[in-house]
Amino acid sequence: MPRITVNVDGIAYEEEVEPRLLLVHLLRDRLGRTGTPIGCDTGNCGACTVMLDGRSAKSCSVLAVQADGSDVVTIEGLAQGGEWHPMQRAFHEEHALQCGYCTPGMIMAAIDLLRDDPDPSEEAVREGLEGNLCRCTGYCNIVRAVRRGAAEMSRRSASESSAREVPAP
Amino acid sequence: MIPASFDYVRPSSVEEACQVLASGDDVKVLAGGQSLLPLLRLRLAYPSALVDLGRLPELRGVSDRGDHVFVGALTTHDEVLRSSVIKERVPLLALATATVADPAVRHRGTFGGSMAHADPAGDLPAVALALDCVFVVRSADGEREIPAADFFVDYLEPALEPDEVLIGARVPVLGPRWGFHYEKFHRTAQAWAIVGVAAAVRRSNGTVEEARIALTNMGPTPVRASAVEAALRGVDLAPAASGGTDLVGEACAEADDGTSPPADLHARPDYRRHLARVLTRRAVRAASG
Amino acid sequence: MTEQLDAGLIGERIAESDQLNPPSAAHEVGKARRRKEDARLVTGRTTWTDNIQLPGMMYVAFLRSPMAHARITRVDTSAASGRPGVVAVYSGRDFVDEQGSLPCAWPVSEDVVIPDHPPMAVDEVRYVGEAVACVVATDRYRAADALEAIEIDYEPLDAVLDMTEALAEGSPKVHEAGNQAFTWKFAGGDIEEAFRDAPVVIERTYVQQRLIPSAMEPRAVVATTDGDAFTLYSATQIPHVLRVMLALTTGIPEHKLRVVAPDVGGGFGSKLQVTAEEVLALLLTRRLGRPVKWTESRSEGNLTVHHGRDQLQRISVAADRDGRVRGVKVDLLADMGAYLMLVTPGVPLLGAFMYNGIYKMDAYHFNCTGVFTTKMPTDAYRGAGRPEATFAIERAMDELAHELGMDPIELRRRNWITHEEFPYTTICGLTYDSGNYEAATERALALLGYDKLRAEQADRRDRRDPVQLGIGVSTFTEMCGLAPSRVLGSLSYGAGGWEHASVRMLPTGKVEVVTGSSPHGQGHETAWSQIVADALGVPFEDVSVLHGDTSVSHKGMDTYGSRSLVVGGVAVLAACEKVKDRAKELAAHLLEASADDIEFADGTFKVRGTEAGRTIQELALATFAAHDLPDGFEPALDADATFDPDNFSFPHGTHLCAIEVDTETGASKIRTYVAVDDVGSVVNPLIVEGQVHGGIAQGIAQALFEEAVYDTEGNLLTTTMADYLIPSAADLPDFVTDRTETPATTNPLGVKGVGEAGTIASTPAVVNAIVDALRPYGVNDVRMPCTPERIWRAVTEGGDR
Repeated sequence: MPRITVNVDGIAYEEEVEPRLLLVHLLRDRLGRTGTPIGCDTGNCGACTVMLDGRSAKSCSVLAVQADGSDVVTIEGLAQGGEWHPMQRAFHEEHALQCGYCTPGMIMAAIDLLRDDPDPSEEAVREGLEGNLCRCTGYCNIVRAVRRGAAEMSRRSASESSAREVPAP
Repeated sequence: MIPASFDYVRPSSVEEACQVLASGDDVKVLAGGQSLLPLLRLRLAYPSALVDLGRLPELRGVSDRGDHVFVGALTTHDEVLRSSVIKERVPLLALATATVADPAVRHRGTFGGSMAHADPAGDLPAVALALDCVFVVRSADGEREIPAADFFVDYLEPALEPDEVLIGARVPVLGPRWGFHYEKFHRTAQAWAIVGVAAAVRRSNGTVEEARIALTNMGPTPVRASAVEAALRGVDLAPAASGGTDLVGEACAEADDGTSPPADLHARPDYRRHLARVLTRRAVRAASG
Repeated sequence: MTEQLDAGLIGERIAESDQLNPPSAAHEVGKARRRKEDARLVTGRTTWTDNIQLPGMMYVAFLRSPMAHARITRVDTSAASGRPGVVAVYSGRDFVDEQGSLPCAWPVSEDVVIPDHPPMAVDEVRYVGEAVACVVATDRYRAADALEAIEIDYEPLDAVLDMTEALAEGSPKVHEAGNQAFTWKFAGGDIEEAFRDAPVVIERTYVQQRLIPSAMEPRAVVATTDGDAFTLYSATQIPHVLRVMLALTTGIPEHKLRVVAPDVGGGFGSKLQVTAEEVLALLLTRRLGRPVKWTESRSEGNLTVHHGRDQLQRISVAADRDGRVRGVKVDLLADMGAYLMLVTPGVPLLGAFMYNGIYKMDAYHFNCTGVFTTKMPTDAYRGAGRPEATFAIERAMDELAHELGMDPIELRRRNWITHEEFPYTTICGLTYDSGNYEAATERALALLGYDKLRAEQADRRDRRDPVQLGIGVSTFTEMCGLAPSRVLGSLSYGAGGWEHASVRMLPTGKVEVVTGSSPHGQGHETAWSQIVADALGVPFEDVSVLHGDTSVSHKGMDTYGSRSLVVGGVAVLAACEKVKDRAKELAAHLLEASADDIEFADGTFKVRGTEAGRTIQELALATFAAHDLPDGFEPALDADATFDPDNFSFPHGTHLCAIEVDTETGASKIRTYVAVDDVGSVVNPLIVEGQVHGGIAQGIAQALFEEAVYDTEGNLLTTTMADYLIPSAADLPDFVTDRTETPATTNPLGVKGVGEAGTIASTPAVVNAIVDALRPYGVNDVRMPCTPERIWRAVTEGGDR
């Protein structure tokens, strides 16, 4: 059986895996990262979306062996020092979740879409989330949350960069 | 669902990949896996082994080679979309790639994987056909080239021998007077195209000088709309005056010539034929706008 | 407060700690509180059933029938048993003596036929996907592998797919008794008189296509036993109903069976069921003495989670020339699928009282036949019966308006119950307690800019624009808040419609609320906290809501039919009232006053006209120490309440949809969607808005995208999310939502149900808009889902498509 190393939410794992083991099953069944759920078997629903080497990927459509040497961030790795990621907070503030099953994937996809478009229009958010299905919210509040999260992230990075510009005493 | 067992090989060179492919029956190439993994999970495919090309940097990347752009087979859709060379030199490929699946799938799915999967409902094969791309394939016996017109043999069947690996494609760069459009018609954002039209149009003094048009999902393979291409030559692009004849529309009325559109959940053949005509007109208009 | 309590040592420590909060005068009800549930959901610390891992747990996979209808002639599990990791392989025959029959709790009529429904088929299969065998293995991969080694021979029988053909003489039979499951009639007024010489009669047939509910969390079950008692974790909406039904089905005594609904990822009715997999998980854990888990894949779920809708509706409306509706006649065929599941035959009955909508009329007649086919059974799906009824009457009202050359809003105005007429007893005998259809409609028209859009529509028609504009109207009400038990009894439903709640006062003044409602996304933990905070005057943060575990919440009727707030929430309030009554007695004692002189406000009991008082928290602490209580006073403030409503809940509203239809391709695009709902008083406007949004999306999805399709052999063609098209954010518009607020008069909170309203209202609004756009082409119907192809054919061929 292939032996792989994979870093998940900052922890390095070394695992022997069957070639057919799906990354999502590695995360859920072997590494206990049950925050990432499975919603379909065709890569349509996006519930299992994680960051794989910094880019969103549907972990049900990736073999664990393909992730050998990779860095994976799941919904459980987003909060830093006990503080939620701005996108997690925005989903809470805008009531962008009901049952919450799609939420981990939705938040990951939302963060990913801001990499290229830090201030997306409503249309851009809707397009950017086309690969993530939600059955509860009708998406209105998700769209609002993503734009709110984007604004908060921009505000933070602006204040961080202005903090850097302050000359050292 | 869960895939059946298979062996897994991660070759360190294309040569090694070819050797593995030649060594057994039902050995399948794994590129981005975005079409293959769902098939494996639904147990619609039972390969004995997968050859993972994902770690071969030589298969990845975009290079401008003057009269054509070479796109490595393992270049992801996302990389295609981020490439300024593609955007500037072969924009039709960028336009169609932007409509493939969704962002997460485009991060993993590859240019070559989409081509070699040869799904007539896929968006990229029609682009390859319209542009007369040339596919470069390699086996233990060396390299050969396959023009797009010969590459898509049948439904999910590319002109690849079992021991051949798709290296990439030469995508011809068309000149400055060309305009491009990919018109995709589908029921939901994620759904496959019911019909798609890849169009490249060269304009001169308000008329069509040359057009290249290929159709998605109008048969077991992508189809070149040759009759429309011929009919469009020299056609006046000016919009029809009120009550007058729409010459472009007339030329596009032959879009479904020579097609054998499928019947499925989303459309019956006569509707696909109708869509092909309407969407071809729209694609030509958009490409020449 | 005034003086030190005698609360003993622990009491003193509590009193000195920062645990014992002062009371709160925050008035939480009506506030847009952010949800308590979100913390675990946005950080991935959820407990979905599939997350549960127990020591020594085995994995179950089911082999499912590939045939729509066949006799099982041979089963050979020997090869599968020898596969690596396989612990056991069983077919239906191996459980023939203990698996019982899956229950139907709603024998709707005298003539109802309830066929035996074995959890695993024994002799005959009746739909593709029916479980025929199962594997128990050490992991899910090996379980899946071994399924392929089970050999089953089938002798094909004729599939029965079409309801009309199924009822025809000589049709192949799904069950020995024939294909008619039941008939059910209802009448009010003199229908013949209403139709006799009626100047206008509209007759239409509408198809409610079969739908797949598609909750995002696939079903999952974990079962375990300690050798004496059993625990079943299931992704269910109904842990309480499930417990009693499983006890009856498996023979496990009810008190030895605990059912837990952990975090549940959506239901929409699909998890209102007693499933084969739940029964078999218990039987397997009993037989093997080990914990077992089964998790459904999406493609398995599309085949085997009960489907929704699937009715053929014939509706006739008789009217006068001025638009006054005289009577409505409905003839309904309802596809049951192959068996009657928990409430399968009751779904059309839930619609039977709603075909009159919000309108006054002289007579109504409803006739329904339930039909067996060799397809997955149907059952409750968001709205259950009322979306179908609302669709038919709202579509028919638009047809009538067109026939009369009248604006569809004006036609409705001439027929609806005016706000002065409430309470109003309808032709169906229901008493609508309150409403204001005029106000909701006026608001909706203003938000849409109705007149301006009508002008644009006229212009596009004049110009023969290939992109036409349509405006669809849906003025709806619905009956929800299931339900007054005696009404359910009169409809032959197998259980009551009450709900239970307990309020526990903890020594530190914190409150635990146990609810019999079983949320799976609705936000009860938040909304119930708001109700309790106001009722007891405690901080919102000091309330925690417990649910979904029969060992914690022993009594309940669970969550469906938009009942949780209007029944369960009211039960919570009633329990709080009892707590307050007890606390008042204690306060009187401690303050040395008469109970009649004690006033309660914002968490403090005061002697009238003085500042002397005790907070609810202090009183809770006083019962913990119990050093100084009135004679005979039990040392507790805790209380239980069970609430049985007197009436249904009747939310209403006006939904308007403006849609652009590309007549060349058949593509449609919603331009504006306006919903003004009246759900009475509101506990949490954020949650209400979310329910409306989600409901609208599901209703639009029925109108435009979704359909479960079987081929002529009875194979389901829409087994994956690539084929069964659920809309994404990119496929839906933003919704403009607003509310009017006409409190319900039938409960002390003034609340009405909201869970299904959006779904019920939106489907006809969208289809009315499409048909409205296509009127110039002679189109008077487009079958759902209104796909581009169907729209194109309607444009091309005119008439009904």
